[in-house]
Amino acid sequence: MMMKYLLQKEFRQLFRDKAILAMMFVMPTVQLIIIPLAMNFDVKNINITVVDLDHSSLSQRLITKIGSSGYFRFINTSASYKEALQSIEKEEADLIMEIPDGFERNLVREGSQKISLSVDAINGTKASLGAGYLTTVMADFNQHVRADLDGHAIADGPVIDVTYSNWFNPSGEYKYYIVPGVLVLLLTMIGGFLSALNIVKEKEAGTMEQINVTPIKKWQFILGKMIPFWIMGMIVFSLGLLVTRLIYGIHPAGSLAVLYLFASVYLVALLGFGLLISTYSDNQLQAMFVAFFFMMIFMLMSGLFTSLESMPRWARTIADLTPITHFIKVVRMIMLKGSSLSDIKTELGYEVIFAILLNTWAIWNYKKTA
Amino acid sequence: MDERVIICKKLTKRFGDFVAVDQISFDVGKGEIFGFLGANGAGKTTAIRMLCGLSFPSSGEASVAGFNVFRQQESIKKNIGYMSQKFSLYEDLSIVENIQFFGGVYGVPDKEISSRSNALIQKLGLQSEAKKMVGALPLGWKQKLAFSVAVFHQPKIVFLDEPTAGVDPVARRQFWDMIYEAAASGITIFVTTHYMDEAEYCNRITMMVDGKIAALDTPGRLKQQYSADSMDDVFYQLARKAKRVDD
Amino acid sequence: MKQLLVFVKKEFYQVFRDRRTLLIMFGLPVAQILLFGFALTSEVKNARIAISDNAVDVNSLQIIQKIRASSNFLVDSDPINPNQINTVLKKGDVKCVVIFPPGFGNDLIHLGNARVQIITDGSDPNTARTLLNYLTAIIADYQKEISTPEVLPYSIITETRMLYNEEGNGSLNFIPGVLALVLMIVCTALTSVAVVRERELGTMEVLLVSPFKPVMVLIAKAIPYLILSLVNFLLILLLCVWVLHVPILGSIVLLFLETILFILACLSFGLLISTITHSQQSALLLSIMGMMIPTLVFTGFLFPLENMPLIFRLISNLIPARWYYLIVKSIMLKGLGFEYVWKETLVLTGMTLVLLIISMKNFKTRLS
Repeated sequence: MMMKYLLQKEFRQLFRDKAILAMMFVMPTVQLIIIPLAMNFDVKNINITVVDLDHSSLSQRLITKIGSSGYFRFINTSASYKEALQSIEKEEADLIMEIPDGFERNLVREGSQKISLSVDAINGTKASLGAGYLTTVMADFNQHVRADLDGHAIADGPVIDVTYSNWFNPSGEYKYYIVPGVLVLLLTMIGGFLSALNIVKEKEAGTMEQINVTPIKKWQFILGKMIPFWIMGMIVFSLGLLVTRLIYGIHPAGSLAVLYLFASVYLVALLGFGLLISTYSDNQLQAMFVAFFFMMIFMLMSGLFTSLESMPRWARTIADLTPITHFIKVVRMIMLKGSSLSDIKTELGYEVIFAILLNTWAIWNYKKTA
Repeated sequence: MDERVIICKKLTKRFGDFVAVDQISFDVGKGEIFGFLGANGAGKTTAIRMLCGLSFPSSGEASVAGFNVFRQQESIKKNIGYMSQKFSLYEDLSIVENIQFFGGVYGVPDKEISSRSNALIQKLGLQSEAKKMVGALPLGWKQKLAFSVAVFHQPKIVFLDEPTAGVDPVARRQFWDMIYEAAASGITIFVTTHYMDEAEYCNRITMMVDGKIAALDTPGRLKQQYSADSMDDVFYQLARKAKRVDD
Repeated sequence: MKQLLVFVKKEFYQVFRDRRTLLIMFGLPVAQILLFGFALTSEVKNARIAISDNAVDVNSLQIIQKIRASSNFLVDSDPINPNQINTVLKKGDVKCVVIFPPGFGNDLIHLGNARVQIITDGSDPNTARTLLNYLTAIIADYQKEISTPEVLPYSIITETRMLYNEEGNGSLNFIPGVLALVLMIVCTALTSVAVVRERELGTMEVLLVSPFKPVMVLIAKAIPYLILSLVNFLLILLLCVWVLHVPILGSIVLLFLETILFILACLSFGLLISTITHSQQSALLLSIMGMMIPTLVFTGFLFPLENMPLIFRLISNLIPARWYYLIVKSIMLKGLGFEYVWKETLVLTGMTLVLLIISMKNFKTRLS
């Protein structure tokens, strides 16, 4: 009976709050569009500048070969290394290749020559990939030069052919990887942020005290807060799934029911977390900041943007102790690989434990009497 | 002897080393208008919070509406109403919605809620504002509404913490009319205030100074006792010796 | 001037009283730097790999040994057979499978040509591609090892030098980004809330009725956050140098000045937000939840800007953090001087001025 009045009040307030409603409906759409489109780690254009001190036909051939390899974007030639360095400083070039004076002449005479490569290594991935590609092109070029100079092709040793296939995502497109993760992110924000903020708002306004003086029981109040946000969360999740289907054409390879089951448990865990934050905060600013702090850390450590296995042991343990990590893993498994309930039952178990732990802690912390 | 609805024996509240409420003892009878006076910082709000079940006493004992303040807080809450110093109705709900919520929470049956609600809104003259958000009301109306909501479920006792703070004298007078009406219907009124002239409206008052009860009697007898013309004067004499400064 | 100081003192007291927020304000960058420095990397390590070895000869075992020795892989002790591949990949723990056909070693030595098949879990394309690269490198290496070890004539040897990052630190890129993100969100949120809160509590009117220009009130609000953010900035630098061993190559003074400029931009933005929102809740929602993703995405430190569609690249030009990120990268990681960042500095200055003017105008309109 009490619940009826509590829920009536909560829903009335929620629907009147334009800011929250806007957040709930605008945010999923915007995030789902921005993040997958923006998140593309392909290394496309590696900009290379060449310092050709030799000006021989051989160096020309090398430069042409590099330009036509398709890996690089040839931006200019520089007269000296110093000049070339400026291109790197200005972020115009990623790579400097320096062909020494007397390159062609000395290669024939002495039998070997060095080419120096300077790579802007601040972006580690790009640097190693660029250096790697260049080495490949150089090796190929070397083969041809050798064949020309030596007159006959030199037999290679045994060759291992590597064939490879990419399962569950043959085109290797990022969006299949990112979009499910963004869905989780959305749910996390709604469950974590908004619920914490809502409860602290009552604290700040003084209505919390008024509630504490009424016969409303602790569990009733908490349930009254959680149910509307749980419903909102599930709506946003569904909206997200819809947007995913409409814009990206991604639909779950696995069972929708299992996905929803997991999402609902996850949401309960997160709402508990939001509740917990609210019991430790005196005002909205604090609640938001604490929530933001944890959100950032969870997000970065969850395997959403970087790979989990590469983290050192201690970091991996921390990541495993957060609910979001498991959901991201599961959502990818269900959406892309069609994994079934039995595949994910361990993770589901984790989430249930989180839900129980966080909510118990929060409820225990929330006191009607100081 | 009328029924004692509030009984306090050496009720104390400590925050670390600071003793906010120091062994206060008093009784309140049914239907009384009992005033709790004192300067800001004297311990009035702390005392009221203990009686409402919002804060655990450090020592001493008290019973409200026959229930123990330590162990039976939930039962106390069923039988009381409360109006806090800070306005605490929902500003983003309408008048009607606030009444519905609190009425329902206190167990008033739905039909009763709507009939009483209509009567209340009529009486306050708020028909045109009934659907408007409470946040839009001016302060005087807010206070009256808060009081009405506090007594809506006809509790045994209603606790009012500085209910007329910041309200103009005319509105204050009207407010006290409402209090009289509630008292007449059998509700015991426990009110704190720092407006000394309001003491005259109460049956009995206590003066809190530095967390202790410095005086407990009817306004008339206190004025006699201290040879004062007004409660202001009585207060001045008592409070002069106070050590606690309002923060 | 003295009156301004009184104001500023009051603001400081209010800020310092809120211990929890202060804790988060300083804790956040520390946590992020530590995370990025030690836990997050763009490399892939300890990837679980399963082997389906249908040859079980010297060569296949040698290759498997090489894979085992690599820190990038964790080889499953139990080999699997072909019909287990699907299950194992679906379960999600194993990231790729290497399959040696029967007679592998035989083909290799006697026919000069053999095949290896790699199957990767494509649900994570980045990892899949990286693992593929690692594996092909290992196999190419092995190939070289078993071929005749002659010294070939006419060799062109490439000598590679990694600029700015000799240790090959995988997270260098992130540090200026974390700096930009933290300063931006913290400054914007705190300033906008500070102003809105005064308005909500009604104390704003009191301040404005006093004989000080509204500008003074706002400046006084901004100063504590300016100073705290600078402290934050120094904290992050200290962490970088002492804990992550990332030296600051360029002029610290220049970096400091640019940071002040950026903080001013963020404070102005916070002010702007405070003039368009009506409640603390909206201010908070907008400046934290609303700004978090755009700042993360469009600053360019997490995802490469050059890969984004044109419209995103245009939008990113509007985000002050993006310019600051470039400036910090150039000064801190490349040791460059003002000649290289004057353009970005100009843009930032322009943004700050525009934001300030708009918020001032809005503020005055709100008053009347």
